[in-house]
Amino acid sequence: MTQYQHIFTRIQVAGPPEAGVEIPEDAAFERKGGPRLSYWIGKIGNAQLGPIYLGFWGVTSIIAFAIGFTIIGLNMAADVNWNPIRFVRELVWLSLDPPLEEHGLAILPPLREGGWWLIAGFFITLSILLWWVRMYRRAVSLGLGLHVCWAFAAAIWLFLVLGFIRPIFMGSWHHAVPFGIFSHLDWTNNFSLEWGNIFWNPFHALSIVFLYGSVLLFAMHGATILAVARYGGEREIEQIADRGTASERAALFWRWTMGFNASMESIHRWAWWFAMLTTLTGGIGILITGTVVEDWTEWGIKHGIVPADFSMWPDTPDSTVSSWGLEPEPAVAPIPVEPAAPATPAEPAAPAEPATPAAPAAGTDTGTDTMAPAGENAAPTTTEQQQ
Amino acid sequence: MALLSFERKYRVRGGTLIGGDLFDFWVGPFYVGFFGIVTVFCALFGTALIIFGAALGPTWNIWLISINPPSIDYKLGLAPLREGGLWQFITIFAMGAFISWALREVEICRKLGMGYHVPFAFGVAIFAFAALNVIRPFMLGAWGHGFPYGIYSHLNWVWFTGYQYENFHYNPVHWVAITFFFTTTFALALHGGMVLSAVNPQKGQAIKTPEHEDTYFRDTIGYSIGTLGIHRLGLFLALNAGFWAGIGMLVSGPIYAGSWVEWWEFLRVTGPMGGN
Repeated sequence: MTQYQHIFTRIQVAGPPEAGVEIPEDAAFERKGGPRLSYWIGKIGNAQLGPIYLGFWGVTSIIAFAIGFTIIGLNMAADVNWNPIRFVRELVWLSLDPPLEEHGLAILPPLREGGWWLIAGFFITLSILLWWVRMYRRAVSLGLGLHVCWAFAAAIWLFLVLGFIRPIFMGSWHHAVPFGIFSHLDWTNNFSLEWGNIFWNPFHALSIVFLYGSVLLFAMHGATILAVARYGGEREIEQIADRGTASERAALFWRWTMGFNASMESIHRWAWWFAMLTTLTGGIGILITGTVVEDWTEWGIKHGIVPADFSMWPDTPDSTVSSWGLEPEPAVAPIPVEPAAPATPAEPAAPAEPATPAAPAAGTDTGTDTMAPAGENAAPTTTEQQQ
Repeated sequence: MALLSFERKYRVRGGTLIGGDLFDFWVGPFYVGFFGIVTVFCALFGTALIIFGAALGPTWNIWLISINPPSIDYKLGLAPLREGGLWQFITIFAMGAFISWALREVEICRKLGMGYHVPFAFGVAIFAFAALNVIRPFMLGAWGHGFPYGIYSHLNWVWFTGYQYENFHYNPVHWVAITFFFTTTFALALHGGMVLSAVNPQKGQAIKTPEHEDTYFRDTIGYSIGTLGIHRLGLFLALNAGFWAGIGMLVSGPIYAGSWVEWWEFLRVTGPMGGN
């Protein structure tokens, strides 16, 4: 039975490689490289690697990317004093940060205070825009529609909001995302903390819905097509133009399951819109944070999606402590024992718990410091007290 | 009613896992089957309990309604209905509805002569849900570690649970899951866009072929995975997103209870060059 599941290609037919659809105006830039056949890649998809089209826009895009990437790498190498072993070991911590706050929107601040970040960002952005032109022109040359280009443009929108449009609205490049592994995660974390918990930003919620929805759709679609591959279901264009039993079974599966079905064409419209709306709504959510809305918790309370009294929602118990092996709880809550006074003065007392769990620590820096919210958990559980 | 033009000839008997011909019928467009009955039973009870819980609660604001898990003081025992028992029964009914829905999909696959890819894929989603609200609470020894059922209240749980590990963004399994989520969405955009652009070509041109699709991606990135391969890739990416999301939660708490930020320090402090 397993041979009908189409998880792997069991028998590979190796004919002459495909050169690609002829395009007359390609004379100046021919397709280069390959084609070669790879047996193991052929287990999953097409075995053929290459050829690839070079062309002005692609070559310039790659050059621009290489310049930006190299600038980032050299800055990181300088940060570890050009020590290659430290470079590898500390790579995840290394970062090329955007300009300092005081440099505002200066075109070229001092290089090591953000100037390199601007230059690298310029070349990477240029590279992405040139690559978009390449995708556009290849589609036109082949007579294809422009759907891939528009989807790519939706992703570029989010990229530009993060590194270009929002920083301009905020008045300083400082607010853009750093180039680095942990540093961009810190930026993401602090972005939420500084603007009052981005979970209450409805566009963030929409973006997450479309992100999860996209994954759900691809699981449903990929699984459905594989399940009807025995009827030729992967020939989607043919099935769209001339519906066959694969399309009919695929449609009826979902109709009988959930009362509704897409068609072989419309499922790809669902897919395209869900994927595009992920970055379109995400970009809106980022753009209005700090520019239009300064505190999403306050905004959420005002608009009735966050309770003014958080006791309406449960305290999240401490999951770093297991309940296994603990004695049964007494019926009455244990009387808290006064801790013995420390011999030496301890650290200054922790700041008071914030009024709402989402309130960030005052004056949170947008820099690369790692931050946890001031109030980790409003009420310690009785289990903790027993420990 | 509710029949597509080609549907009649596909509506054949048989393929059921349980119940023989007894539940082998359709209601409108829906196939029923034994597991359809079980799904409807679980879904109706679960929904009724949610509405009951909302009625007991302080608000009818749809965004604020929250069905809360019990206190962890109840450990792995049953709690009174108003103190988390509702949440426990809703979780049981949810699992019942999900699993019987998957088995109903198996019956429909058998009826239509299809592979079992869809119910298998749904199984991974069920695993992700169970990882959060059944497996992880069990490993921690208290049902109270599940998330509350509320449109926004569950985000509050995500927020506080994440910061119990100092910064959840540093969880390497979380990285893997996020990367799969983003890559799946990226691949979906490319696949959806590719097919639409082939069947909706430039004005006045004939519909394109898979050769055009292959040429487009070979020209631009040097490789085209092909019509069958893209669905294998998409399914692989999507299932990994759900699977690693579940694993990322299971390691946080039951396996590793420290700070994910500090977890990375081994890179700096171990090995022959450690400590410099």
